Amino acid sequence: MEKPLTKNIEAFETPVSLKNYEKNGGYQAVKKAIKMKPQEIQRLVNDSTLKGRGGAGFPTGLKWSFVPMGEEFPNKYLVCNADEMEPGTFKDRFLLEGDPHLLIEGMILSAYAIQADKAYIFLRWAYKLAAEIINKAIQEAYTAGYLGKNILNSNYSLDLTLHTSVGRYMCGEETGLLNALEGKRATPRSKPPYPQTSGLFGLPTIVNNVETLCCIPGIVNNGVDWFKSLGLSEGGTKLFGVSGRVKKPGLWELPIGTSLREIIEGYAGGMQDGYKFKGALPGGASTDFLIEEHLDSKMDYSSLQQFGSRLGTGTVIILDDKTCPVGLLHNLEHFFAQESCGWCTPCREGLPWTEKLLKAIDNGEGRMEDLDLLEMHCKRLGPGYTFCALAPGAVEPLQSALKYFHNDFEEHINKKICPWR
Amino acid sequence: MLTEEEKKEIDEHLDEYPTKRAACIEALKVVQRKRRWISDESLNDIAAYLEMTPDELDGVATFYNLVFRKPVGRHVILICDSISCWILGYPGLYEHLRTKLGISFGETTKDDRFTLLPIPCLGTCDRAPALMIDDDLHRDLNPDKIDELLNSYQ
Repeated sequence: MEKPLTKNIEAFETPVSLKNYEKNGGYQAVKKAIKMKPQEIQRLVNDSTLKGRGGAGFPTGLKWSFVPMGEEFPNKYLVCNADEMEPGTFKDRFLLEGDPHLLIEGMILSAYAIQADKAYIFLRWAYKLAAEIINKAIQEAYTAGYLGKNILNSNYSLDLTLHTSVGRYMCGEETGLLNALEGKRATPRSKPPYPQTSGLFGLPTIVNNVETLCCIPGIVNNGVDWFKSLGLSEGGTKLFGVSGRVKKPGLWELPIGTSLREIIEGYAGGMQDGYKFKGALPGGASTDFLIEEHLDSKMDYSSLQQFGSRLGTGTVIILDDKTCPVGLLHNLEHFFAQESCGWCTPCREGLPWTEKLLKAIDNGEGRMEDLDLLEMHCKRLGPGYTFCALAPGAVEPLQSALKYFHNDFEEHINKKICPWR
Repeated sequence: MLTEEEKKEIDEHLDEYPTKRAACIEALKVVQRKRRWISDESLNDIAAYLEMTPDELDGVATFYNLVFRKPVGRHVILICDSISCWILGYPGLYEHLRTKLGISFGETTKDDRFTLLPIPCLGTCDRAPALMIDDDLHRDLNPDKIDELLNSYQ
């Protein structure tokens, strides 16, 4: 099984040094790309069918295609979203700490494809080790001539800066991130205009996730057919992770389309002794629950949709039978309510209300009509009612929990106590 | 007053952005690193240095949870209260810390040694539960390990 994202991490001591990265074919894609037209790289990525690995799954090539090209647009930005803050997600940390040059090479290629002259890595505050590693790698890349003026004696120049944030989940939202980089509050922007035409400091900007950018060197080196052949159902490999009460929590690079069962029972070793599987959030906190009957579904962008869920970040959180689903939802909605930026009313007011209802039910003080109120919030905080995707994401685990674990909610209300306490 | 050293460190970030204002988050970090927190006086000084109004800068400073606008202790404990840590024992860890240190979230011990704060998912869920003390990440925790850990932060 080919592992283009983690082959260096497996082969060498981490963080992978520039020397080892080059030894394993690193920066060959940059050498190849600077002899190609930017539009050719764009076409490759578009044809590869690569989808954004940050959670939304938007086709990367399509995203790039809206960037204005030509000499009238000499200043553009590429931004790497390394603000990994989706609860239950720990995949980008692995790449950032393990193979920094893979990300930098991916960024050089992507910046070249859209002809950006400046790039930023937007890293979350908590990733201290990653910050150290990335900063060192950026310096190495400058010294080796992969960054800076006239990269490898081409006409192309690119500067790359690491920015570390000071917290808040909203920084992971594309336009919130751009505001944060401009030294403002990380509230979302009205769209249109889209960042591709008017983004950072009003200039054309592309924001891509760490894992997405790490896919680019492989595509440039090995081509579209190779990338498509990596997956079982869709193109590429994906970092899949599992956390919760399984025997071997961890992270693995696997073909897209590997079944949820194989990931949980095979790679994560199945449930810990004494615990039973009750449900799973397949890709971070803001995805809908899957239950036992969905275990054989393929982990890819299209398959999970038929069960009302989505791949998200691909890091699975397991709900076991000894953990109270209402308590778990209370924890999740506390997070979302706290992280709402307050910019739009439904999210600012609705999420704390949701949290309060869940807290009451969790404490045995809920009423049956509270369940109707929760259902109402699931609809009114869904897509189309709010400024950004935070609130719609927040109600995904809630709406599915109300569907699959309805009896547990009712039991809390009827018995006036949490049956798990 | 900002010290010469603080000004120099802030200046190093000015080239990284096309506007002065964009460096304000870096500037807040520089000053907080030296003084532990951002007082009203520090805030006014940074704002003046970056040609912002104090209100503009305070709007930014109060938005982000890791800019401290109140004094904190010598060490800041950030305990992950998100989903995977919650499943794997965060509530017990928090209770243990609360009892041991005699402080709740947002409070500082009387000897000024520790401030206790919650933090969203630290992105190390396969090794939950986790927390950070200052810049250090600690994972696979239990109450015994925490006791040992605290000893190394005086």
